[in-house]
Amino acid sequence: MSVLLSAHLPALQVVLPLISAPLCVLFRRAGATWLIALIVSWASLGISILLLEQVIANGPISYLLGSWAAPWGIEYKVDMLSAFVMLIVTSIGSISMVFAPNSVNAEIPEDRIYLFYTMYLLTFCGLLGITITGDAFNLFVFLEISSLSSYVLISLGAERNALTAALRYLILGTVGATFYIIGVGLMYQMTGTLNMSDLAERLPAVAETRTILVALGFVTVGIGLKLGLFPVHVWLPNAYAYAPSVVTAFLAATATKVAVYALLRIYFSVFGTKIFAALPIDEFLLLLSLVAILSMSAVAIFQKNAKRLLAYSSVAQVGYMIIGISMVSVTGLTATILHLFNHAMIKGALFLVLAAVFFRIKSVKIEDMAGLGRMMPFSMAAFVVAGFSLVGVPLTVGFVSKWYLILGALEKGWWPVAGLILVSSLLAVIYFWKVIEVAYFKERPAEIGAISEVPAVMLIPMWVLVGANIYFGINTGLSVGAASAAAKLLIGGAP
Amino acid sequence: MNDHSILRVVSKIMIPFILLFALYVQFHGEFGPGGGFQAGVIFASAFILYGLIFGIENARKVLPANATRILLALGVILYAGVGVAGIFLGGNYLDYNVLAATATGGQHLGIFLVEFGVGTTVATTMVTIFFVFAGQDF
Repeated sequence: MSVLLSAHLPALQVVLPLISAPLCVLFRRAGATWLIALIVSWASLGISILLLEQVIANGPISYLLGSWAAPWGIEYKVDMLSAFVMLIVTSIGSISMVFAPNSVNAEIPEDRIYLFYTMYLLTFCGLLGITITGDAFNLFVFLEISSLSSYVLISLGAERNALTAALRYLILGTVGATFYIIGVGLMYQMTGTLNMSDLAERLPAVAETRTILVALGFVTVGIGLKLGLFPVHVWLPNAYAYAPSVVTAFLAATATKVAVYALLRIYFSVFGTKIFAALPIDEFLLLLSLVAILSMSAVAIFQKNAKRLLAYSSVAQVGYMIIGISMVSVTGLTATILHLFNHAMIKGALFLVLAAVFFRIKSVKIEDMAGLGRMMPFSMAAFVVAGFSLVGVPLTVGFVSKWYLILGALEKGWWPVAGLILVSSLLAVIYFWKVIEVAYFKERPAEIGAISEVPAVMLIPMWVLVGANIYFGINTGLSVGAASAAAKLLIGGAP
Repeated sequence: MNDHSILRVVSKIMIPFILLFALYVQFHGEFGPGGGFQAGVIFASAFILYGLIFGIENARKVLPANATRILLALGVILYAGVGVAGIFLGGNYLDYNVLAATATGGQHLGIFLVEFGVGTTVATTMVTIFFVFAGQDF
């Protein structure tokens, strides 16, 4: 039985959440649906650990859906990079599901809670599907599954603004998906295939044609919209600010990361690095992301809502990842892939703290957070440590990824870029300090009354992520090892 | 719409044929043009026509909210379940060949079941969307 199933893990990774989402619709009770989502998340985490072990031991895994041979049928492909990204998605999913019940029960009306867990499972399924598939069209299908369900998740937010935010995301997200599929259509027109490995073999022959260059442009813009690339990030701050707290924590830590993964996959496993000689899209991305890390960090300083502050900071952090891509070197890609993992830990922890704050004071406005440092000592301490990590203080994961990023920049001789990365980190200190100052150095107005710390079931998931921030900041072997192995794989050529 | 007798009579005559045509498209899908998506939409259009002519309340009596929700979920489970059955019978996920004694029989059975799942979910989704927009209830 276990031998039987271990060969089918790639399919189960996607099918398990897919089949349990309709089960949630059948059960409809808040408790039962939460239990399903919790079990499925942890089971998926187990599957992704097993897949990572299999990949380390035996190399990439290929799984043929419906037993149809590869270029014709849909192929699932697990290599170092996809196994690593799946590990990120499933661990964040598992941790946020442990955290979820209190926060969800407080923020979402009872009769809609089952919808929350159903949509969470579908988003989860879509994100894992994007990561595991080896087929460019299948990636689009999963992109749509994850996007459509995340629009619903965002619209479940308590304020009416959540609906506008979700609608705006829906319009831009659909534009993004359309651009991506136009790009894939153009590639199909020139090569007659949708399988990524097959595309990688056939594209070099037609790489110089205008059709392929246009396809590259369309795919870049399409995925760029999804990952919140400056200047097409405008949907992101509102979507993050008005979504239910747990949704923000989950999406901020996974959705943009998976979109960055898709970009890596398409650039390095499908087009290959030579395409940048024909169309210098790497320089274009470098420019955009430098503007992103500076302007978005500056905009974050002026935010009054802590969730929106972190949302702008996310756009800036995505900028770091794209800078790594634009270096087109092993060190640069190591920094990108490492930052996928590290930023998921950082933003996951920070947004979970804000979820806990909202759970207690029903607000995430910075001015309302006065005195919380004393009232909620454990939560705010978690915020401080994760914030250090965001800034890039040594002994935290944020430092490790910035280290590799600056190393990559210096390798290329890009001194100004390294300088700008440091400037952007200083801006992060400023916006992060704004929250700390209010929480620790302002008295809570007496008429509002005291509040207590959140229950342990919310503190533990938060601190697990904070602990990961410290652990992987000191013991970098696992994350750096996996990231550099994945980066070498990408620069090496076909998946 | 009580005073539109032509609409009422014609739609009453039409609805059985629409349903029959939907079933034809559904179950003929593996041999010719057709399949779950098209059949589901045609099947749902019969209910939507009924709702338009005879009112949402009457249509809801035929297909209550609970029924659409359950069918909607069961369709997806049927689809995914056929795939999982493929794994337990020794093939890959969604491998139809192993579902029956012969590969051809398996392909027939697999397409039949999967398309039936698709049809169920598409039909109930269409009806649900119509009810939600028309009735502004949930």
